[in-house]
Amino acid sequence: MNLDQFERVSEVEWRVAPFGKMRVPAVIYADQTLVRDMDEKVFEQLTNVATLPGIVEAAYAMPDAHWGYGFPIGGVAAFDADAGGVVSAGGVGFDISCGVRTLHTGLKATEIAPLKQRLADRLFAHIPAGLGSTGQLRLNPGEMDAMLRGGARWAVDHGYGSAADLDRIEEHGCMAGAEPDQVSDLAKRRQRDEIGTLGSGNHYLEMQEIVEIYDTKAADRFRLQQGEVVVSIHCGSRGLGHQIGTEFLRQMVIAAPGYGIELPDRELACAPINSPLGKSYLGAMRAAINCALANRQVITYLAREVFADVLPGSHLNLIYDVSHNTCKQEWHTVDGKSRSLYVHRKGATRAFGPGHPALPNDLRDIGQPVLIGGSMGTASYILVGTEAGMSRAFSSACHGAGRAMSRHQATRQWHGRALVDELASQGILIRSPSLRGVAEEAPGAYKDVSAVVEAADHAGLARKVAKLKPLVCIKG
Amino acid sequence: MGVRGVGSTREAAFEQAALAMTAVVVDPAQVAPVTAVNIRCEAPDDELLLVDWLNALILEMAVRHMLFSRFEVTLDGQRLIATAWGEPVDLSKHQPAVEIKGATYTELSVSRSENGQWVAQCVVDV
Repeated sequence: MNLDQFERVSEVEWRVAPFGKMRVPAVIYADQTLVRDMDEKVFEQLTNVATLPGIVEAAYAMPDAHWGYGFPIGGVAAFDADAGGVVSAGGVGFDISCGVRTLHTGLKATEIAPLKQRLADRLFAHIPAGLGSTGQLRLNPGEMDAMLRGGARWAVDHGYGSAADLDRIEEHGCMAGAEPDQVSDLAKRRQRDEIGTLGSGNHYLEMQEIVEIYDTKAADRFRLQQGEVVVSIHCGSRGLGHQIGTEFLRQMVIAAPGYGIELPDRELACAPINSPLGKSYLGAMRAAINCALANRQVITYLAREVFADVLPGSHLNLIYDVSHNTCKQEWHTVDGKSRSLYVHRKGATRAFGPGHPALPNDLRDIGQPVLIGGSMGTASYILVGTEAGMSRAFSSACHGAGRAMSRHQATRQWHGRALVDELASQGILIRSPSLRGVAEEAPGAYKDVSAVVEAADHAGLARKVAKLKPLVCIKG
Repeated sequence: MGVRGVGSTREAAFEQAALAMTAVVVDPAQVAPVTAVNIRCEAPDDELLLVDWLNALILEMAVRHMLFSRFEVTLDGQRLIATAWGEPVDLSKHQPAVEIKGATYTELSVSRSENGQWVAQCVVDV
């Protein structure tokens, strides 16, 4: 990206003053190398977001920003309903509430080493992954609606976890305001047998070793110890979320002129928050958030079954669960005034700092765990929300590495079998239903996640706590 | 991932775009066209119709657990009537690379090039 387009505010903050129809500035948090390597489309998309009605403060991009659909992936934007603000189906995306959760095993990597192969095979056999895979649950219409209202709480009520899990999930496991009636029959049909499935693409379940601790105080509070193994799950609301995204995007594209909204890109399809369509989308989107929370909870249950069988007496305790494709109503201080805003995070993680009332009691004084997923073979990170971050990008941080090359380019550069063998030689066991899928997800096809995390830390969006190295990756 | 269909008619371009979408998931030659599924949709313009057509296929792939390799499209203005032929997903046979979440409005266009060929394209989210 051409750096001349920006005013460099600091080493890691780049600003574009409003021009044309922009209502607010555009701001990117990243170091010079990351910004230079970003696709020019990020500039175009971020400045387009800045033109949307009711946007507050600025359109933000995280260090992992890349070319998305309408919004850049790694984009954050907040809207004020009382100022004509909009909610955008494109600003949330197709994979509503895609996110990451990480669980302790309490086991040392050295203890697990002799059982690694067996755990990999058992997890792969037990957790449905990839296109065409189905879960064990079949939800009738009543249960489907109960799941869409209850989220992870519904799953726990049905025996897929404990109340302790709920405290460690955003919204305490249940997104308020979900309206299953706003979810189409087609979306529910698409979800009928997909609860408890990983999906595909960059979704995974990984066993990871904590290889480095940066912040011992936060690590102690998150109970992270170097050399121990954690399990991370990355997936979202599956077919239901995809269908809701598809349907509302279309409705909003067609309705936008009627609301007097001029869309610079159809993918930015949106509707006023206070309009019937805006409210309908919020009800459906919140139901999809609950679907994602329930899905990750059921997958957690399946992982626990495998661990209990292979390592009797082991316990997987949830550290935290974050969603990185959402729109949530939150209170933020803007120009000294507290305002209720609808914060869109498209490929961005909420990162509340110490003292935030949404945090569970036992983490409130330290801040929210911020989980940054790697890309099969590369590191993942755990960060913590900071006081300083509360005034940057509406308490948001990055979500992962972000793609650096297309899937097509990746398959020309890597072969699935060779990649699996190469990673195995590094002690990383890959299990996937598709070798082509593995090639498309090659670690080298992604940006350097460590550089992204360094930039997020440097920009004060969140602070590094621990680095995780993959041991086993069940790839969707 | 971008998909592009090129053909001498608008219908052919829509059929080829659908085939390109299958190729995102699997080599279409691996998918036997044995079961037919009928699809209908209607949209305000050609571009929205292309997205609707691809999204209808994505929905059928998801709920029927099928892959499609042959397509026959009839267009009457902005009304589409089509048949897609395919077979149920067989994980060991097809080894599908990725699941498609939805067809997007990114890089979306349906147009006729100078040489008279129709081009129908968009990006699909995977």
